[in-house]
Amino acid sequence: MLKFVLVKLAQLVPTFIGVTIVAFAFIRLLPGDPILLMAGERGLTPERYAKLQAEYGFDRPLIVQYWDFLKGLLHGDLGNSLVTHSSVVNEFFSRFPATLELSIFALAFAVIIGLPAGVIAAIRRGRTLDHTIVGISLTGYSMPIFWWGLLLIMFFSGTLGWTPVSGRISFMYFIQPVTGFMTIDTLLAGNWDAFLSALHHLILPAIVLGTIPLAVIARQTRSSMLEVLGEDYVRTARAKGLSNFRVIMVHALRNALISVVTVIGLQVGLLLAGAILTETIFSWPGIGKWMIDAISRRDYPSVQGGLVLIAFLVMIVNLLVDVAYGVINPRIRH
Amino acid sequence: MAAISTPAAPGTFRYQLASFWKDFSASRGALVGMIFIACVMIVALLAPWMAPHDPAMQDRSALLVPPVWHAEGSWRYILGTDAVGRDILSRLIFGARYSLSISAMVVLISMAGGIFLGLLAGYFRGWVETVITRVMDVVLAFPSLLLALGLVAILSPGLTSAMIAIAVVQLPYFVRLTRASVIGEKNREYVIASRLAGAGHLRLMFNTLLPNCMAPLIVQATLSFSTAILDIAALGFLGMGVQPPTPEWGAMLANAREFMGSAYWAVTFPGLIILLTVLMINLMGDGLRDALDPKMKRS
Repeated sequence: MLKFVLVKLAQLVPTFIGVTIVAFAFIRLLPGDPILLMAGERGLTPERYAKLQAEYGFDRPLIVQYWDFLKGLLHGDLGNSLVTHSSVVNEFFSRFPATLELSIFALAFAVIIGLPAGVIAAIRRGRTLDHTIVGISLTGYSMPIFWWGLLLIMFFSGTLGWTPVSGRISFMYFIQPVTGFMTIDTLLAGNWDAFLSALHHLILPAIVLGTIPLAVIARQTRSSMLEVLGEDYVRTARAKGLSNFRVIMVHALRNALISVVTVIGLQVGLLLAGAILTETIFSWPGIGKWMIDAISRRDYPSVQGGLVLIAFLVMIVNLLVDVAYGVINPRIRH
Repeated sequence: MAAISTPAAPGTFRYQLASFWKDFSASRGALVGMIFIACVMIVALLAPWMAPHDPAMQDRSALLVPPVWHAEGSWRYILGTDAVGRDILSRLIFGARYSLSISAMVVLISMAGGIFLGLLAGYFRGWVETVITRVMDVVLAFPSLLLALGLVAILSPGLTSAMIAIAVVQLPYFVRLTRASVIGEKNREYVIASRLAGAGHLRLMFNTLLPNCMAPLIVQATLSFSTAILDIAALGFLGMGVQPPTPEWGAMLANAREFMGSAYWAVTFPGLIILLTVLMINLMGDGLRDALDPKMKRS
């Protein structure tokens, strides 16, 4: 098992170097000079321009700049944002909990509804209920989530006035960040009303972000359940006289879950991509919105650092999924 | 040899086509999807004749007019108008041209590139394969929309950049699929026979192997087509894709967003048409998969 993990880790190294090269090159290719952008309308004297270039190191050969970038990266230093002048790593990790909290709720929503829906569809194969679930999940799978978000806002926030339109919590509350998770911090502060406000703010974004994963999970659960239900060991279990419930929940579902777990893991990359759109629609202060702002402001170090950190997260999660898959399905290890 | 196979060839092809059609049309969803997409294509082609108004025409006397079924609506603007008095139906009809043609180009570019790289990787193996798969792993390590956004930012926002960016993001799927099928087919008897008969690398790759790897690629192409429509609309929505006043569906949504409290129709219809188009393509894709790929039987 250790060997399996180590081999997987070793395979990540070239990919990770590739990621750093892409992130580094990416930013050098963006049109627009960051120093002139920083100076804004006021403009700059040539001397001041040269001084700033030297200060940020933009005047050195690219290979030297890349080497410095790599060195900094290994020390956990990704430079400072050109806009806020604070450390990119801090900027990233101060916003990351917001995205993580949103993603966890979205994924929970997707699993809690998607898994049972897939199981029920498989059991009721070919019946109306099955067709309904398959139809709804295909619709969810095809959903332009930015539109879905607007629709939900129009209905639940506009017409019914049930949910807030944007942000993480009502302006009425100020919660000292401890974990960065609004739902946990409000509970730690013992402020029940603030907790409810945070939950209220989470509902719509989590539904929007969770819609496509929900559809994918429901489809995958259904098809692997159907596969497993045709296996000999399920027939044996039935022949032994076990109850239908026990056969389905214990013998079939446990084996069907192997492929479902992989699919759930693969949703993490999708969640981060979806977070860009969801956070834009709901003005959610997470890394997706931060990256969009950084790209439009040509904030070189933030885009560069953000790309590396996001790619790194995706790679780590994919590795964990691979390992988890190896643990629950020993056949794959060899 | 040609003399023997010529008379039989059309028969086999017709037989294959018939058996494909039998499997494909067995799924009602796939048929509905195909008919819907065909209609959208016809509408897109005939847009100048089908649209009731010029998509760029601004009627200052009819700002945010609701659809016809409202009391204030009129038959002049069936689906209502947007904030500057442009007819939404006409803009949707012209928008179909952009969405379909850009997405088709995306699929063509990434499929051609992906097949080429995948054939190289699967056929030559060794370092060629290592380099190609590693580069594709790097592309896959970034969330697709983020990478596309970044590429668009480099190339400056617009139609061509959006097309290239999304094609790059889709590339790895075609490469992986082609590589896997080539590796699966490479050591089959017909390939070995062809090589023994003296076929060169190019002939083996493109004439012998490729046609036998096409089925999963066609299925992937439909999937990519629907993803491309979604991604183009997402870029347009974020203001990084097709630029206004071009009537692109995603950009229409972005413009309508400010007025969603007062004019639901300006938000609802562009999104609905995106959803329907993507849904129908996916339905068609499911049918294609069942018909073309016996390994991925309907479940």
